[in-house]
Amino acid sequence: MTNTPAKSRPVRWHIAVFLMPAVLIYTAVMILPLFGTMQLSLFRVENNLSTFVGLDNFRTLFGDPNWSVNFWNALRNNVWFFIVHMVVQNPIGVVLAALLSHPKLRFSTFYRTAIFIPTILSFVIVGFAWKLILSPLWGIAPNMLDAVGLKSLFAPWLGQEQYALTTLSLISVWQFIGIPMMLIYAALLSIPDEIIEAAECDGITGVAQFWKIKLPLILPSIGIISILTFVGNFNAFDLIYTTQGALAGPNYSTDILGTFMFRTFFGFQLQVGDRNMGATVASVMFFIILAGVCLYLFGIQRRLRRYQF
Amino acid sequence: MSRATSSLSRSIAAHAILIAYTVIALFPVVVIVINSFKSRNAIFRAPLQIPTQETFSLIGYKTVIEQGNFFIYFQNSLIVTVVSIALVLVFGAMAAFALSEYRFRGNTLMGLYLALGIMIPIRLGTVSILELMVASGLVDTLTALILVYTAQGLPLAVFILSEFMKQVSDDLKNAGRIDGLSEYRIFFRLVLPLVRPAMATVAVFTMIPIWNDLWFPLILAPSEATKTVTLGAQMFIGQYVTNWNAVLAALSLAILPVLVLYFFFSRQLIRGITAGAVK
Repeated sequence: MTNTPAKSRPVRWHIAVFLMPAVLIYTAVMILPLFGTMQLSLFRVENNLSTFVGLDNFRTLFGDPNWSVNFWNALRNNVWFFIVHMVVQNPIGVVLAALLSHPKLRFSTFYRTAIFIPTILSFVIVGFAWKLILSPLWGIAPNMLDAVGLKSLFAPWLGQEQYALTTLSLISVWQFIGIPMMLIYAALLSIPDEIIEAAECDGITGVAQFWKIKLPLILPSIGIISILTFVGNFNAFDLIYTTQGALAGPNYSTDILGTFMFRTFFGFQLQVGDRNMGATVASVMFFIILAGVCLYLFGIQRRLRRYQF
Repeated sequence: MSRATSSLSRSIAAHAILIAYTVIALFPVVVIVINSFKSRNAIFRAPLQIPTQETFSLIGYKTVIEQGNFFIYFQNSLIVTVVSIALVLVFGAMAAFALSEYRFRGNTLMGLYLALGIMIPIRLGTVSILELMVASGLVDTLTALILVYTAQGLPLAVFILSEFMKQVSDDLKNAGRIDGLSEYRIFFRLVLPLVRPAMATVAVFTMIPIWNDLWFPLILAPSEATKTVTLGAQMFIGQYVTNWNAVLAALSLAILPVLVLYFFFSRQLIRGITAGAVK
């Protein structure tokens, strides 16, 4: 057999048959609704008639105090949510992976399996479990702090405006630490032995080896983790909804774009749901995520490639 | 000698850190589960103790089983998850085969088109998805959820499976062609069995977000008959928030199936993550 598909063939219907179901469902349920949502964000209902208003909805969202206060608040909170993940989750994940990848470490499968457990649990479980543990009513958290003499540090963290968002971010970090740990672990295992041996011959071992040899080699994986974290964080909803409700209390201090979009679209308590404004918020989230992904693909990932073998 | 001691102390330090983090990771889960088996008084008096003969109580589980429709929720979650995974695997594998096996115009473009959904979350189209489901009368049906989750799972499935299908030997497929097998038979009889390990990985990856999702059940299928376990637990706990026994039991019941599945599939999952990241 030679690779010459040159002779004129009949239409290869089987290709279409193989592609059809996936493309149909994907297009109908994912791509068209995405565009449909963006289209809706350009319309507004006036006197029961949907009228084209161009970018007016976006202007309202960014500028009209009725909307913009909540929107910028949600965006700011979301950025903080992301920063906490980047600063806490990823370094801890890297440290755990570096420890796990040591070839002579025993029980590494056990550690790996156990540390990954929170990642497979649903937000509902995670949210309520931590809500109970941090609750001053039950007293697990204050009692444990008491045992180490730090009781004065305890506060009902989820109920106070200045702490609630950070607490929730840390709960989310606790849940998702398994993902950076696994990806970095895999990257560390894939470093060729010769490179490590060469480093050892040159007398570079231990911590110095990690900083000088391994870390530059796993930078692409850290890049992937950062973009996964980014997309996940700017699309988050469940944890906040579970622990704080759709109002993202106290006083909107834990409101992020996901909960803001939910309230805008469906309305909550006194607020009436608004389809077009909901679509506008979703479109803004789409552009934020798209910008992040593009920045990663065209800016960061290319630069990181240089370090690869 | 000094080198040996330093490596010993280093390994003790490594174990200490890993054990400490393992405790942090498991502590909340353990606390919830052990307290779900205790009487109300004991839950508050000694939350960190394992249940003893005096404090053991199943009152929480009784409330959950009597008051909640957890069997229905569980059934719904099972149906939605299993059917979605099956569709993702079959349709995803078919598309992956078309993309990796045949050269045709627009092949790369089609691949990119299908890969878009890996990064862009389907949630952002919720407003229109709800309209679509209202228009087609699918609101409050499991079909709506299955369609959404299938669309959500397909991009990653196509991406991973086509990587694996490129590795299936051409000779084998060509031998099949010479023997007169149709392209469909080559796919179903020769290629699918060979990528079974990759399919298992995709199945596990697809399963976790579907089983745990709260957003779409809340929006597309919130009725009592179509609630999934995740939404059911959320609503139940919201209602019984002061009944600690019931809340803890509901949480434990929600944890259990995921944990069991995880222990069955953790090797697949971890191998999948590590294999995918090496590339």
